[in-house]
Amino acid sequence: MSSVVTSAPTLLFLRRLFRRKLVLLAAVILVIAFALALLAPWLSPFDPASMRMARRLRPPGEVNWFGTDELGRDVFSRVIWGARASLGIGLAVVVISISIGAALGLVAGYFKRADAVIMRLVDALMSLPDILLAIFLVAVLGASAGNVVLALAIVYTPRVVRVIRASTLVVRELPFVEAARALGVSIWRILFVHVLLNVASPLLVQATFIFAYAVLAEAGLSFLGAGVPPETPTWGTMIASGQQYAEDAFWVVGFPGVAIVLVALSLQIVGDGLRDMLDPKLRKAL
Amino acid sequence: MLAHIGRRLAGLLLVLFLVAALVFFLTRLAPGDPAALMLGDQATPEDVARLREAYGLDKPLLLQFVLWLKECATGNLGQSIFLQQPVTQALLQRAEPTFFLAMFSLAIAAAIGIPAGIASAVWRGRPIDQAVSGLAMLAANIPSFWLGLIFIQLFAVRFGWFPVAGYGAPDASFFERLQHLFLPSAVLGVVNSALITRFTRASMLDVLDADFVRTARAKGISELRVVLRHAFGNALVPIITVLGLTLALLIGGAIVTETVFGLPGVGNLVVSAVLRRDYPVIQGALLAVAAIYALINLAIDVIYTLVDPRVRQ
Repeated sequence: MSSVVTSAPTLLFLRRLFRRKLVLLAAVILVIAFALALLAPWLSPFDPASMRMARRLRPPGEVNWFGTDELGRDVFSRVIWGARASLGIGLAVVVISISIGAALGLVAGYFKRADAVIMRLVDALMSLPDILLAIFLVAVLGASAGNVVLALAIVYTPRVVRVIRASTLVVRELPFVEAARALGVSIWRILFVHVLLNVASPLLVQATFIFAYAVLAEAGLSFLGAGVPPETPTWGTMIASGQQYAEDAFWVVGFPGVAIVLVALSLQIVGDGLRDMLDPKLRKAL
Repeated sequence: MLAHIGRRLAGLLLVLFLVAALVFFLTRLAPGDPAALMLGDQATPEDVARLREAYGLDKPLLLQFVLWLKECATGNLGQSIFLQQPVTQALLQRAEPTFFLAMFSLAIAAAIGIPAGIASAVWRGRPIDQAVSGLAMLAANIPSFWLGLIFIQLFAVRFGWFPVAGYGAPDASFFERLQHLFLPSAVLGVVNSALITRFTRASMLDVLDADFVRTARAKGISELRVVLRHAFGNALVPIITVLGLTLALLIGGAIVTETVFGLPGVGNLVVSAVLRRDYPVIQGALLAVAAIYALINLAIDVIYTLVDPRVRQ
């Protein structure tokens, strides 16, 4: 590789991140999963909703790579369409909880008075088990993909607030913030430009973890019947509807389950890799 | 010490109040009039109005909240819409399976996590450490309901070692109950062992390099004793904390696991209440769980100060 290319900061960053083979493997799995999700309409061999009772519960084979489900639908097509829904929901949860959580965390870390109010609310939300709070919120909002996103975003935002608040408390005391203040930079610009850029690494790490949690939680909610309505194929709804047939046709619940584990595990590994690399204390230890 | 606990209790009450407010007002935002819901499609508007009055649903919202809070403070969480029984009674009836499930899962998680964490710290960087880390990460990312389905297929359906689902007849013996609880506890225990493994490994690594461990080795004490008594004894405080944290997580995990295994516990009650929009049950269960959650956290805090005198200052 030429020195010109390696000197680019992003490439250097990626090279350091992928030095560990496992992180690279996890990233490749994620890229494949996202590609399948994005290209599902063109890649799926069958319509995920088309039922053919004559071919119900066929084991994996040449025509139906992952077999067929209880209504004769192609499991492979449903898994990649399910990726679209599950990863889409996960991504939406990450975007919402990271943006709102970061904003609240910055404000809480910077303004003492807002801190008391925001953190009490965070404490209250975090005093319930994640899945219980999510079930409750979906019940109140109504079961739909959009409301699952909203509910999970509310569940995971407090985590982001805590992390960003803690980092902000440290960063706000640094000389460069004082310098910016002395130069007359407005408080909002200091917060949302200077401080935000300096808490970007914990934010990035949290994003990957929340993505993993959200994929697992969506599956759990849909499995319980308190999530995405059963007619939409997501990995969770597939397992929920296939569980009665698990005894004779384990592929119906097996493949979506493996998909969940692979994606959640890969996100965790990439998140761990990012944390190890971005945390200077740990970097020395590596 | 007492002042500290007092302050924590006050904070706890504030959090519980906020949870109560959150739960109450969000529930009222939900679509569907609970009274209409209870009576079904054939109810006349007069019937609905009468029931609204009987349940106090016609009073101003803030007054309803205050009245509800007053009742909750005396332990009366209201009346279930579908179960024809008070919510407190419904919760207490279903507390037993959930309690045992949480306790057994914690025991299994600790029995996996603590030895695995110790081994992984002692042989840091060796294959056993890598295997433990990998397995812990895998366990943490398996959906518990999916692992439950696999366990049911394998150990209940295929091998027939355990009952497929349920909690046995009402008069079943304790041994029979144990058989019913084993698979769900194993699932929850395996999934939640990862956190304990990680914490044990980290806190063991912290003390294994400490001077007093080197001194103990220099005195010629056997390696096993050094690891288990000197190092593990001093790594215990964070491990106790993580056991408490895990117990709190298990309460959430129990909701899903109970549904998979058809255990008639609190989780099952909540899920069916959600599906039927039985709001008094949902509110009461959430408040009860939040209280237990908070008490576990308080207990961790107290044990922490009791075990480690250094924290007391």
